[in-house]
Amino acid sequence: MDRTEARAGTRDSMVSLDAWSKATGGAKFNSDSIEQTTLHAALVTSPYAHARILSIDTSQAEQMPGVKAVITCQNLAIRCGTWLADRPILAGWKVRYYGEPVAAVVAMTQHEALRAIEAVKVAYEPLPVVNSIADAMKLGAPLVHEDLDSYIRIKPVIRPRPGTNIAHHQAVRKGDISKAWRECDEVVEASYSLPQSDHAALETRSARVELTPDGRVNVHSSSQGPFIIRKNISRYFGVDKHKIIVTTPVVGGSFGGKQSVQLELIAFLASRAVGGQAVQLTATREQDMASCPVRIGLDAHVKLGARRDGRIVAAEFIWMVDSGAYTDMAVVETTSIAADCTGPYAIDNVWCDSYCVYTNHPFATSFRGFGHLEYTFCLERTMDKLALALGMDPLELRLANAIGTGHTSPTRTPVNSSNAGSLAHCIGRLKSLMNWDEGQRIEVDGRKVRAKGVACMWKNSSTPPNAISSAILKFTPDGSLSISCGAVDMGQGAKTGLVQLLAERLRMSPDRITINVSVNTELNPDHWKTVASATTYMAGRAVLNAADDLLAQLKSIAGVVLKCPEADLDVAEEKVFLRDHPEVFVPFRDIVHGYMYPNGNSVGGQIIGRGSFIMRHLTPLDEGTGEGKPGPGWTVGAQGVEVEFDSRDCTYRLLKAVTVIDAGRVINPALARLVVAGGMSMGLSLASREALVVDDEGRVMNPGFRTYQLMRYSEQPEYVVEFVETPNIEGPMGARGLGEHGIIGTPVALANALSSASGVDLNTFPLTPECIWSRRVGLTGDSM
Amino acid sequence: MRWSMTGVGTLILKVNGSFKTVIARPSDTLVDVVRGQLQLTGAKPACETGDCGACTLLVDGLPVKACLVLAVEAVGHEITTIEGLPLVPMQKAFVDKFATSCGYCIPGFILNAHALAVHHPDADDAVIAEWLDSNLCRCMSYSEIRDAVRSVLAGEY
Ligand code: FES
Ligand code: FES
Repeated sequence: MDRTEARAGTRDSMVSLDAWSKATGGAKFNSDSIEQTTLHAALVTSPYAHARILSIDTSQAEQMPGVKAVITCQNLAIRCGTWLADRPILAGWKVRYYGEPVAAVVAMTQHEALRAIEAVKVAYEPLPVVNSIADAMKLGAPLVHEDLDSYIRIKPVIRPRPGTNIAHHQAVRKGDISKAWRECDEVVEASYSLPQSDHAALETRSARVELTPDGRVNVHSSSQGPFIIRKNISRYFGVDKHKIIVTTPVVGGSFGGKQSVQLELIAFLASRAVGGQAVQLTATREQDMASCPVRIGLDAHVKLGARRDGRIVAAEFIWMVDSGAYTDMAVVETTSIAADCTGPYAIDNVWCDSYCVYTNHPFATSFRGFGHLEYTFCLERTMDKLALALGMDPLELRLANAIGTGHTSPTRTPVNSSNAGSLAHCIGRLKSLMNWDEGQRIEVDGRKVRAKGVACMWKNSSTPPNAISSAILKFTPDGSLSISCGAVDMGQGAKTGLVQLLAERLRMSPDRITINVSVNTELNPDHWKTVASATTYMAGRAVLNAADDLLAQLKSIAGVVLKCPEADLDVAEEKVFLRDHPEVFVPFRDIVHGYMYPNGNSVGGQIIGRGSFIMRHLTPLDEGTGEGKPGPGWTVGAQGVEVEFDSRDCTYRLLKAVTVIDAGRVINPALARLVVAGGMSMGLSLASREALVVDDEGRVMNPGFRTYQLMRYSEQPEYVVEFVETPNIEGPMGARGLGEHGIIGTPVALANALSSASGVDLNTFPLTPECIWSRRVGLTGDSM
Repeated sequence: MRWSMTGVGTLILKVNGSFKTVIARPSDTLVDVVRGQLQLTGAKPACETGDCGACTLLVDGLPVKACLVLAVEAVGHEITTIEGLPLVPMQKAFVDKFATSCGYCIPGFILNAHALAVHHPDADDAVIAEWLDSNLCRCMSYSEIRDAVRSVLAGEY
């Protein structure tokens, strides 16, 4: 496509379509429109990380004022899960993590429900706690799931190992690893341990369910996946999908955390217990952090071998994902980590074992980056160690190994500039934006040192091979139009981007196009789920397909009106015109709701465009070798962080964070920057202070914003975001996804900067001053 | 106000310039009452421990975390919610500077920042930081919010 061509839609920093409603309090979130007649549910949660449930006595609670029902799952055999059905809706014969929902009380008001949960008496017998991955992998370790062999594998690609705490294993074998080690001049290896943390979206999760007398199930949920909720309710409760109507209004942040289906199922049981009345279940902040799913933890061992010139020829990885008590999306992340395990580097010989491990920690689901920020942390710390061993500049080492055309991914997908962009270009820009040549470590005075760390990253959008997205375009009589699509708005701006894409394709003003804010599974066409940075890619392709459908219809009726072949027509500015005589035209408004001849005879009808997109040529990974194609392509980038470190007390100030991403094509520069910088900020908060702290009994000690601190306004560094544009031929107008990528390399860039500043190897986060200090004085081992 | 035997009583609150009668328990927080009974849902509960500022309301023109205030304590004071702001410059600045992502934190941020602009029109960066540190945003890098606040203080609106 000619880059100088004038465009109506994209490349403009158009303000988000819903910005005004958000700035005036008009935007309605899931808990903002609860009717007076709605009942309220509250959860009884487990005070133990691992315990047998001896009895649950609900009799006293049932007598409390306002209480309508108390539900438990003692006699319910349903197990749910994303790929492996391992989780009861409410705990069955035992609890497997602190905060696990055990029972729910339904009452007239929230107040009454909260009073009554205290009257539910649960007797427990504590069991030995599997409190770390090391605990879980020990021979003879207590089992989190004794009956793993009986669980339904929803996707056959999941390979649990009954009799162990291993829920899944994915191998990658590429090249000849033992021969490759013999070719290496330098080999470095290190171990890492990263704790779980929380998404901490400001809006806590909530769901409302009502069962109507005609058999319909109405669900309102703050979710990234309304269509997945529909699928789950249908699967577990045997309801036909057309009778399940899921509505997702504006979502108050999610970051991967709002795609698992949990509260919806509890609210379904609660509504069923009270004759179908609407029941609202909103997680408290404490429950949102401990009872609802969290980010995975990761233990890892990384070994890299290179020739003297810096070419990496061999890589070996052991990844052990802490999925907590249930697998949810952690099993899929385990595979995703394996698939992209080398980072954006061309490495011909790879040996990788990726395990999903059960512990008695809160269960984990996807988190922005889908496992990539965790493995990238370990890989990119090791890259710095390799650079040191080789005596090479860390950026030069990365450049020397940058993946590109002619190389293959760990799963042996051929890489080219369309499906992976240009990492080399990103590294080049990062180098100048970081002022790299002035040095990586600069003494400021006797105490303070300014230090820089860098990292590269890539991420594929792994999706099921048959993931779909669809769009419907509908004209109003005046020639303006609306998009209907099933993607959820969580603040990422993707829907504004869809409007811009359509405006560009139809060459009209984006102000004349609207898009649905809330999603309703009955009204809107399906969208797999709003995850994996894939909205622009998938929904964008669907919208453009629908636009082509629209254009064909417009030309067809305009050809009749203007008495000419359709091939002679073109479309712009809400007109269909003769390409060589633009003064001969018919405006949209005269044809989009039918065309009326002067004598009143009419032809045509309302023009409705429809478009659908399905992933192409994806295959699951082979069990033994990992060969396969898990996603359509990668977004690559290079990132850096600069800090000022005080060597006396190990405190530090964040000065600057830089990201250069190959976006393929930037559709809305301001929104692209917003989402990338947001990811970087989250990455700095995560790496500098966030972790779920569990005590010796596996209890979460900091579920709340008082004790689980997030980074605030005054602590932010300067953010520099730049885009390289190597078009993705398959992407809409050449664009790639970038919703997750800002976070991926940021934590490790910080760790690399701080390791260089402090002179100690920092192989974990959160990188608090205490953590750096204790590592410096040798209080802890390699993986603190 | 009068409390019945069940602990529920009626209160009269002055919200956005008009008097409203609400029914509340002594323990009900202002954010719950304003949201649940007056349908003014711009104030969001997010932590209910006073740590995030999403529930911020103006009480007599000053930002207050409405999860830390009992409804009964608000009697006799002027309460302003985001719905009651007469489209102030700060709102336009947040829109123009792209300082809205998911939007959950935004009403609280805008009320706080608006009060800052009213009470400290000459605020320097240190004062801005002191005020804005009371609110959390999980989506953004805060640089857009900083730009919005600075532009209003610089008289651009
Ligand atoms: S909800 Fe009031 S400060 Fe967070
Ligand atoms: S915009 Fe989402 S929390 Fe601030």
